Amino acid sequence: MSNNKISLQLNVEDFLPASDAEKERLTVMQRSVGFWKDGVRRLKKNKISMISLVVIILIFFLSFIVPGIYPYSYEHQIRGSENLAPMQYSQTEMNAMETGEHVFPHILGTDNLGRDYAIRVMMGSRVSLMVGLIASGIILFIGSLYGSVAGFFGGWVDMIMMRIVDMIYTVPDILIIILLSVAFDQPLKALSQKAGFQWIQVVGVNLISIFVVFALLYWVGMARIVRSQILILKEQEYVTAARALGASSGHIIKKHLLTNCIGTLIVTTTLQIPSSIFTESFLSFLGLGVAAPMPSLGSLASAALNGLQSYPHRLFAPALAISVIILSFNLLGDGLRDAFDPKLRD
Amino acid sequence: MMEHPYLVEVKNLKQYFPVAGGRLFEKKVVKAVDNVSFGIKKGETLGLVGESGCGKTTTGRTLLRLHEPTAGNIFFDGEDITRVNMLPYRRKMQIVFQDPYASLDPRMTVGDIIGEAIDIHHLAAGKKDRRDQIISLLATVGLNSEHANRYPHEFSGGQRQRVGIARALAVNPQFIVCDEPVSALDVSIQAQVVNMFEQLQEELGLTYLFIAHDLSIVKHISNRIGVMYLGKIVELADSYELTFHSVHPYTRSLISAIPVADPKTSRKAKRIVLEGDVPSPVNPPSGCRFRTRCAYGDELCAAQEPEWREVSTGHFAACHHLDQVN
Amino acid sequence: MSEYLVNIEHECLSFFTPAGEVKALNDVSLHLDEGEILGIVGESGSGKSVTAYSLMGLTAYPGRLISGSLQFNGHQIERMTEKEMRKIRGNDISIIFQDPMTSLNPVYTIGNQITEVVMLHTNKNRRQAMERARELLTLVGINEPEKRLKQYPHELSGGMRQRVMIAIALACEPKLLIADEPTTALDVTIQAQILELMMELKEKLGMAIIMITHDLGVVANMCDRIAVMYAGKVVEYGSTDDIFYNPGHEYTKGLLRSIPKLTEKEHSKLIPIEGSPVDMLNPPDGCPFAPRCEACMKICLREMPPYTDLSDIHYSACWLLQKQEFEKQTQKGEA
Repeated sequence: MSNNKISLQLNVEDFLPASDAEKERLTVMQRSVGFWKDGVRRLKKNKISMISLVVIILIFFLSFIVPGIYPYSYEHQIRGSENLAPMQYSQTEMNAMETGEHVFPHILGTDNLGRDYAIRVMMGSRVSLMVGLIASGIILFIGSLYGSVAGFFGGWVDMIMMRIVDMIYTVPDILIIILLSVAFDQPLKALSQKAGFQWIQVVGVNLISIFVVFALLYWVGMARIVRSQILILKEQEYVTAARALGASSGHIIKKHLLTNCIGTLIVTTTLQIPSSIFTESFLSFLGLGVAAPMPSLGSLASAALNGLQSYPHRLFAPALAISVIILSFNLLGDGLRDAFDPKLRD
Repeated sequence: MMEHPYLVEVKNLKQYFPVAGGRLFEKKVVKAVDNVSFGIKKGETLGLVGESGCGKTTTGRTLLRLHEPTAGNIFFDGEDITRVNMLPYRRKMQIVFQDPYASLDPRMTVGDIIGEAIDIHHLAAGKKDRRDQIISLLATVGLNSEHANRYPHEFSGGQRQRVGIARALAVNPQFIVCDEPVSALDVSIQAQVVNMFEQLQEELGLTYLFIAHDLSIVKHISNRIGVMYLGKIVELADSYELTFHSVHPYTRSLISAIPVADPKTSRKAKRIVLEGDVPSPVNPPSGCRFRTRCAYGDELCAAQEPEWREVSTGHFAACHHLDQVN
Repeated sequence: MSEYLVNIEHECLSFFTPAGEVKALNDVSLHLDEGEILGIVGESGSGKSVTAYSLMGLTAYPGRLISGSLQFNGHQIERMTEKEMRKIRGNDISIIFQDPMTSLNPVYTIGNQITEVVMLHTNKNRRQAMERARELLTLVGINEPEKRLKQYPHELSGGMRQRVMIAIALACEPKLLIADEPTTALDVTIQAQILELMMELKEKLGMAIIMITHDLGVVANMCDRIAVMYAGKVVEYGSTDDIFYNPGHEYTKGLLRSIPKLTEKEHSKLIPIEGSPVDMLNPPDGCPFAPRCEACMKICLREMPPYTDLSDIHYSACWLLQKQEFEKQTQKGEA
């Protein structure tokens, strides 16, 4: 099992001892790859997630940037231009065009009060997105705080906190929203008369009730997820090591537990956004959402039901917008979860 | 002022863990550590060996009050620290863990992991001082300064273990519990890390409690060794004495079971092979716990727990039939 | 040459992972006679487990056999189809794994798992298979076999589970038993029981065993031949006495020097092998052990050393040995 013959072409010097420097040259450490860089790289490889990200950026552009430069505003009722079909011009407008005036076409027509529908859909998207984002932010904050305290302290603290969560789960949310709207109606109206609170009238009592309800009820899902993550993480040996160093509970939660949860938090929040948007749309559809004339995709859909036969596009446009927004956030959230899941790595 | 003979001492230490299951009002416990007493002198290494479930790891962690003891007392330099605030003592007593992969936070750089120790106890006078301390600690364990910005997953097992040692050293402790520090490492790396422990002990005057299941390594590094079985210490003696003149039947079978890396000796060796499995720590045998696997077990062993006796100077064991065994 | 039970020649096997190609086996050659015990010693990344798995055809995607010949009992393993392999697995070659908890299915009883193997390879019906299962449990030293057959893996201790694994492996009286770190997860006293059991069974049934481990103590006791592997290569091969008393490779020497010996009377410092194990994604050219070798020469960093025969059955891959051999030959030539 050998080849003993040494080729005489080998250099005698080859058999001199190698220096330490020569040996060390072979043991270089690889490029440092942080957790985020690695995750982003994996995300980039996921085509579907990348497409969703592009779509989301496009939606944001349409909802926040474009209305600023759009020739029409969402509340402006143009007399004589009621109930126009998409790309149709009213008599007044055609007259204006003949005089050389340039009239921007109504891409989606107008509604029964003469308001340009396209801008209303864009504004509706903005409202839905903002509600979705703010609500998800509230859920993230309250949920992760509650969940990490319950998970970290365990024992009867955890038990009591989780029983409260169980009770909250049983509360019917629509009922509470309605009750709160009724209860808040008078006090908030009174408050909105005072200086600095005019925005309450714009946003509407109903929407405030929605936010209050999100803060009261919808964070429980996030709390459960965070709690179970914390329960697993706190058994990790590096947490024991931190305790052995003398770290306080607060230090451990902040530096070790929550930072290791961040991946989960981002993913869960990203998946929470479409859920919040949907809830808002559905509440607005029922008439419990933003106050008129501020549009929301849900309220637009609701209003469009009446004229469905004659103006079907008035329902399809906001419905399509809701679908696209929710689908893209869901796909992006899925992609994020795959990219940052430590178990799927290498 | 009288100098205390021991730097670290435990007396009648008990650690019982409640166990799920069992009938409604029946409280089942695992007697992980059951009435353990020993002392460790300054500068000494006490080895603690035993198989799974014997309680050696729990003893080490309870000693540092990472679990609160169910009963018993812990002393550091003569002071009873069983119920005091541990924060100042965390600077004097540290621990190195078994698993180099799990004991380092994967999201922190190596520099921050070591720096955390410095931060908690405010040992640095400023950013530069902190950085200098970290670099010096890395050098002590054989790593260089460029490693400080890297993450644990970029290192090999042996290197991660060195980081764990550097972290323990950051607070300048007097006593370190080494909880199976080389068990998870490759054989060729184990010797490096064991040598490092020895070297650090010489240079810094450290005292160790060295916990492991590999008696060969424990014997190499320890001055004295304690053997544990199902929560109790069954024998305690000087390393040489324990290896060549052990008296307890369990110690003897443990030693005989260790495969020797020497074919000629191995072929000649007479093996004492224990029958049966290790009993469950939830329901240990009455009297002497080892009696179910012991060749000498009888009714006396079942009825009474053997007494902890000094067999010869500094050599202790608990067995009813020591004269028979030897 | 074809009279060996197992004959692996120049096997090269790589795993194609997202991170790159891992050359798990880099020209590995081994052989084993019937009834012999071969120990494969190595650390993580050495390729010892992969070699055994490749013999059973268990290295599927992302692993791929690049080249080499794997002969078992006259068959060419690398040319066999999956269907043909299944006839051999569990029947002529069996394997026991390291962790009996994860290699036994937790939702099936012990009896079920043993009879599964028996019925797969023989014509026995369920009742006959159960009878055989009972026989096997007694053979591996498990008392109350009736009771055990009805139990689930989690109800047994680690040592007992490993015995069950051995029973399953021996169900069809294989010619070759592959034991992949069978006692690493067990306590030392249980390990002694299991190793003794394996030796007894080997005497009784006459099968060959490939014992894969990192523990030199285990191979000293059990094995007839030992192959030392490092970074996907067999760096030394010989009889047990050769390896322990006349090691040729620096890695083998280093391992022997670095393990603490229980029986030594004086405390002597351990002599470790410096450096870290090879990064298998980025192995160096030349001898994989070179960066850690005290006797490293310039050529070691550049080129893979050929094998040098140290005796009829003992050989090692090392440039230093080649140099010494060359010097011997030149001296002879001059004399």
